[in-house]
Amino acid sequence: MTARIGVVTFPGSLDDRDAARAVRIAGAEAVSLWHDDADLHGVDAVVLPGGFSYGDYLRCGAIARFAPVMETIAAGARDGLPVLGICNGFQILCEAHLLPGALTRNQHLHFRNRDQWLRVESAGTAWTNAFQSGQEVLVPVKNGEGCYVADERTLDELEATGRVVARYLRGNPNGSQRDIAGITNEAGNVVGLMPHPEHAVEALTGPSLDGLGFFTSILKHLAGAPA
Amino acid sequence: MPRVVVDVMLKPEILDPQGQAVANALPRLGVTDVSSVRIGRRIEIEFAGQPDLDRAREIADKLLANPVIEDFSITVVDAADAQESHP
Repeated sequence: MTARIGVVTFPGSLDDRDAARAVRIAGAEAVSLWHDDADLHGVDAVVLPGGFSYGDYLRCGAIARFAPVMETIAAGARDGLPVLGICNGFQILCEAHLLPGALTRNQHLHFRNRDQWLRVESAGTAWTNAFQSGQEVLVPVKNGEGCYVADERTLDELEATGRVVARYLRGNPNGSQRDIAGITNEAGNVVGLMPHPEHAVEALTGPSLDGLGFFTSILKHLAGAPA
Repeated sequence: MPRVVVDVMLKPEILDPQGQAVANALPRLGVTDVSSVRIGRRIEIEFAGQPDLDRAREIADKLLANPVIEDFSITVVDAADAQESHP
């Protein structure tokens, strides 16, 4: 049976279609979810795409976290539903307390848009098992508020428990502490990633096909998961 | 009508790049004796009845501020007073 991956659209989402396309290229069925609809329509996993959500005026993701669909996703995530938050999705996951820490304005105050090397630090999550730990990948990054911060204790704990999923290589685009580009929750089903793997799934439009691994990972994960 | 003012500031240990950018611009105005600028956010809340400080604190803690990176303070001001302070 084909896996069904939900992609949420908030007012202001930019990359929902790209994310859905990446899901399809990986071999799954992409299901459009709407922020105002609490029903997940039976999806096996959820992607919160990049772009913007309403309420970013206050803090990115601060109000989106109260969207009806987010209440259902948060409850599901705590029960093991795989959730990948990309960029604005990462911000929403932090605001929803599904991931620790917060994302703040880039240290240099500039929007950064470039192809970025990352090292996949942890291949033990639902969204990274198609990689080898330590593998270097190239995917686009584009953000204005992508600087990951958390207190020292949280950072130490993330490192000690293998929950830093990806780190910036050859230059940190936003000042993120310890070059962190992505993290996961304790169970490994919720992953937040600032760079955009959905923009690196086709040779025509991306710098590589490395992003596809995040989407094939979830298929592997779902295939291996007990029904 | 009294209103509740919530001031939200980045925690001291969190870098405030906006404040820093402003601080760096001051010498161009000829201001050389400012050592630090930090930028926060002021939010004014009016309750339908009497201001409820506990509720305001809850609103600030859950939505207006992100306690991971920000501190907030709450004060009640009378609208008339507020007017006076901004003649």
